[in-house]
Amino acid sequence: MDFSPLWISLKIALTATVITFFLGLVAAWGVTYLRRAKHIVDGVLSVPLVLPPTVVGFLLLIAFGRNSGFGQFLESIGVNIIFTWQGAVIAAVVISFPVMYRGARGAIEQVDENLIFAARTLGMKEFTILRRVILPSAWPGIAAAAVLSFARALGEFGATIMIAGNLPGKTQTMSVAVYTAMQGGNRELALKWVLVIVTFSLTILILMNYWTGKSFRKRRKAS
Amino acid sequence: MRLEVDIEKYYRGFHLRSAFSVDTERFALLGASGCGKTLTLKCIAGIEKPDRGRITLGDRVLFDAEQRINVPARDRGIGYLFQNYALFPNMTVRQNIFAVAKEKEYAEELLDRFFLREVADQYPAELSGGQSQRTALARMLVTRPKVLLLDEPFSALDNYIRTRVEHEILDLLDTFDGPSVLVTHDRNEAYRLADRIGVMEAGRLVEQQDRQAFFDHPGTVAAARLTGCKNISRLKRTSDGSLYAVDWGVTLGRDTGEGAEDATHVGFRAHYFTYIPAEDAAGMEGMEASEGTKTSEEGAPILRCRLQRVIEDTFSVVICFRTEGNPVDTPDALLTWIVNKTGWDAVKDRVLAGTFTLQLPPEKLMFLKDN
Repeated sequence: MDFSPLWISLKIALTATVITFFLGLVAAWGVTYLRRAKHIVDGVLSVPLVLPPTVVGFLLLIAFGRNSGFGQFLESIGVNIIFTWQGAVIAAVVISFPVMYRGARGAIEQVDENLIFAARTLGMKEFTILRRVILPSAWPGIAAAAVLSFARALGEFGATIMIAGNLPGKTQTMSVAVYTAMQGGNRELALKWVLVIVTFSLTILILMNYWTGKSFRKRRKAS
Repeated sequence: MRLEVDIEKYYRGFHLRSAFSVDTERFALLGASGCGKTLTLKCIAGIEKPDRGRITLGDRVLFDAEQRINVPARDRGIGYLFQNYALFPNMTVRQNIFAVAKEKEYAEELLDRFFLREVADQYPAELSGGQSQRTALARMLVTRPKVLLLDEPFSALDNYIRTRVEHEILDLLDTFDGPSVLVTHDRNEAYRLADRIGVMEAGRLVEQQDRQAFFDHPGTVAAARLTGCKNISRLKRTSDGSLYAVDWGVTLGRDTGEGAEDATHVGFRAHYFTYIPAEDAAGMEGMEASEGTKTSEEGAPILRCRLQRVIEDTFSVVICFRTEGNPVDTPDALLTWIVNKTGWDAVKDRVLAGTFTLQLPPEKLMFLKDN
């Protein structure tokens, strides 16, 4: 069995998660402290969650493809993302970003407001408060959000196949491999990939439950 | 150093108006829950922003709406003790204090002063109530604040620790060279800890006096209730000019006391009734007044009382009664008389028999306005 879809999926999902982690965290902190237009910004940042992935893929194609201004700029500097694993990363980032953003925001907002007020009256600067008070308290929730967004990136199909296509050994992820196998009538191969994916996803979810359970217990003890 | 506060804020359908000043003394903001006292503290600390007004500390302007000055909380030099202490849960006691300390030796000194050495490496979740509070105090003091703001500092503690912790806070307040503002809904706490008391009601600071004056002459019905006055009645002037307590069914005579002219209510503390033994009571028949009350020679109203209920407390006995023939049946028509356990032994038989006689020393009447 050719295991390249597994490595490709992992490479794409891990890269995407690293990017999504930082983007999502910054967005979560920014929106929490936003005063105006909070709901609108939140809506825009969350929209990939509710759009069909093929719609997202289509929009990405328009943005990065040959016919757009940005796409032509990229071409001029020799960068092409269509049908590459980097394109799949971009698709995975867009799809999994709302998961990280919303999870991180929830975790940050759960932090007792009085802790932040106290830190301010005690002379701490805002970034120090984020680093030493908010993030440590919100960490279990943030980690859980990261894990969930990794799982989402790993399972991405619709946008990936539109941007990155289905090039075996280059952009054929596990979910695409299942589809291809079924298309070719190779049920047995499809089943093998399904088992791999299910095992992975289950492990990830169990890990996530463990992490959020730990934070719940810690908070209960403190109250 | 003088703290001057004069602010207004509209907050979730609530209109806050607070104006007061505190020098190097202890000022208590007393009021029921939700009346705006914590919000006032937060505005002083810079955690919340008033819509209008001015806050100054010494000759520094901390907030001025018109001049658009709003010093951030971290630069105001204000110490704030939160009701739940707000200790950072991810840091040990030592880390909590050192995270904000600019002077390391002073931080070590405070660790010793508040007896926190043994628990220095424990996390807030492992501390007792008293230890948590001492940690919060040490952390607050290590920044050398110029003003202390204490938000209901004892409400999170069990009764038996409260006294000990209160002494610690009293020690602290005694040696603190600056204004301190304490927020509480407990009138006894305000009395014990503060020099002056301000009453807040529905967002407004309605009055402020030094504490003895406040308890002797609360001035308003709300303030009187806050001080724990249990007997409050509406007041009416009868045709011959004397005052009549409507809810009690008692005529109070004419020449009555401070504030009587524009008073709408009258209050009387449950501890101040004088008991008249049966023998003497009989001799007071035949003086005039309305049903159920007579007036003695000195002009002190005499009440014929009908027992409703006796409640035994730990160190005192609470006697609830009505006056004979009182036509009014409002909640305020039920009067309260409190005696300590020794006093109770002397009057027990007569009171439990159902009818007894009491006297109202007129100098203890408090004339109140309803704002």
